[in-house]
Amino acid sequence: MENVIELKDLSVTLGRRRVLSNLSVQLHGQVIGLLGPNGAGKSTLIQTLLGFCPNVTGTASVLGRDIRTDIRGVRGLIGYMPENDAFVAGMTAVTFVRMMGELSGLPAEAALERAHEVLFYVGLGEARYRKLGTYSLGMKQLAKLAQAIVHGPKMLILDEPTNGLDPPARQRMLRLIDDVKASGATRLIICSHLLRDVEAVCDEVLILKQGRIAHHCDLNSERAANKHFLEVEAAGELDGFAAALAAAGCEVSPGGPGRFRMELPEGFDLKTVFSMAAQREVRLHRVSYRRDTLEDIFLSAMEN
Amino acid sequence: MAVYKQTYRGYDGRTTPAWSRWLITGRYALAPLLSSRLLPFCMAGCLFWPLFCVILVYIFHQPALMDLLPPGLSALVGVGGGFFYLFCVIQGVLAFLLTALVAPGLISPDLVNGGMPLFLARPFTRFEYVAGKMAVLAGILSAITWIPGLLVLALQSSMEPWKWTWDNLWIAGALIEGLGVWIVVLSLIGLAVSAWVRWRLLAGASVLGVFFVGAGLADLIDSVLHTTNGMKFNLLEVVRTIWVDLLRTTPIGESPIVLSTSEAWTVLAIAAGLCLALLAVRIRPFEVVR
Repeated sequence: MENVIELKDLSVTLGRRRVLSNLSVQLHGQVIGLLGPNGAGKSTLIQTLLGFCPNVTGTASVLGRDIRTDIRGVRGLIGYMPENDAFVAGMTAVTFVRMMGELSGLPAEAALERAHEVLFYVGLGEARYRKLGTYSLGMKQLAKLAQAIVHGPKMLILDEPTNGLDPPARQRMLRLIDDVKASGATRLIICSHLLRDVEAVCDEVLILKQGRIAHHCDLNSERAANKHFLEVEAAGELDGFAAALAAAGCEVSPGGPGRFRMELPEGFDLKTVFSMAAQREVRLHRVSYRRDTLEDIFLSAMEN
Repeated sequence: MAVYKQTYRGYDGRTTPAWSRWLITGRYALAPLLSSRLLPFCMAGCLFWPLFCVILVYIFHQPALMDLLPPGLSALVGVGGGFFYLFCVIQGVLAFLLTALVAPGLISPDLVNGGMPLFLARPFTRFEYVAGKMAVLAGILSAITWIPGLLVLALQSSMEPWKWTWDNLWIAGALIEGLGVWIVVLSLIGLAVSAWVRWRLLAGASVLGVFFVGAGLADLIDSVLHTTNGMKFNLLEVVRTIWVDLLRTTPIGESPIVLSTSEAWTVLAIAAGLCLALLAVRIRPFEVVR
């Protein structure tokens, strides 16, 4: 599997402060979430990958290109949507996006054509001749996305893409991200505080805390791996059923009327649950593994 | 991504060579300047003196017209170093005023709303960014300084024997060098001010201030300390020293040259270096909070 990002002992110092410390990780996902509390170093890591940070030790590569020896090549692969306001107020959206396209290497005619297309694509088609300074916050976010994808980058870095958006605009942004993901042509890195947004679109997560890696996981396998916890909804003589499960080695705890949770012992066969229920004429309405949400994973990483 | 499909697709078409992209920022900065009527109007105004020089050159080569001049005056006229020195002084001052008009809108709009990370996150360097913006000023100022200067010289050459052209070819070099260095210094000052002063009007006033405050400071230092070293703060005086030297002339009816040529070159180099340092601090993808 191709490494999207590879960090080896990466440390970054800004001013006198060490912001990132000895990061080593290989990221392969199609959509990678970058999480962490404020000041964890998420934005600094993005800026390092873009070659903005001068005081870097260790190595980092993006899609196989080293940021120290081939930063021009790296930047040629990336589309970047920064967190803060980033636009030229006096320009119309179409001129702005076209200029950004040309700066990324598109010929003038192709840049103009793509500028129109991406502005329609992100939903700013009708407003593309308006000056960016007159845009609302949500429109500015979409314009930032448009300039990031105008040149069809191999990797798209989105720093807080849903920041400050109202629910419909947020949904629209997530749909666009999903669509870019579905195209398969672009890898995405999404940096966000909003765990639900990251969970909705990401398949790999890197959690930073105080400039270090707190947790790195493949979200799908992380969820799948956690098969020790079972949630059961049932009707019938539940006390006896729970006692029988406890006798079989399960740790059972109530989870509300008609519900209980249990932690399965190592090597426990799930069929046992069904046979015990059948013996006691307990009707099982739902039996499911308890999936760890991204919030669980995040909080666990923060506690550790 | 066709509009009707509304789905994302990458770009796999032709790309431009990296070396050619530095002019893009300049092109986009020039477009609004040219779309306003003020700049073409001002540029046209700046070409009055070159036009007057063309008329003078024509008159100097018309014996019938020259006979009408008083004998003392007709002995004074002639096209040489002194003639082009005056051309440099007048066009140099106009170039400085035009810089105050054009420069403020070049960099500050990109910085005000945090646009710089978008430029620098692409395969595009800070050097290319500044070079592109500088090309705008250099192009505009060239159009009113050394280019019309060379045209006047070419007209004069066409009306003189070949030997005159050969003997005075150095004037072409002096015009390009003298006005070229002035354009570089003006451009850097203009860009540095544009990078640091957000408001256009204030930035324009700041460009004027660099020269007028410098001239005032120079006079103050000279009168208080009874020295001539203060003139080093007067950039117009500094560049005048260089023009006098390059055009091998002696200014008539102006204050005498008090700086040496090497001092003048050093002052301009320091001014340019200072402006580059100021630009380097501002033209960055993000701010470091220490």
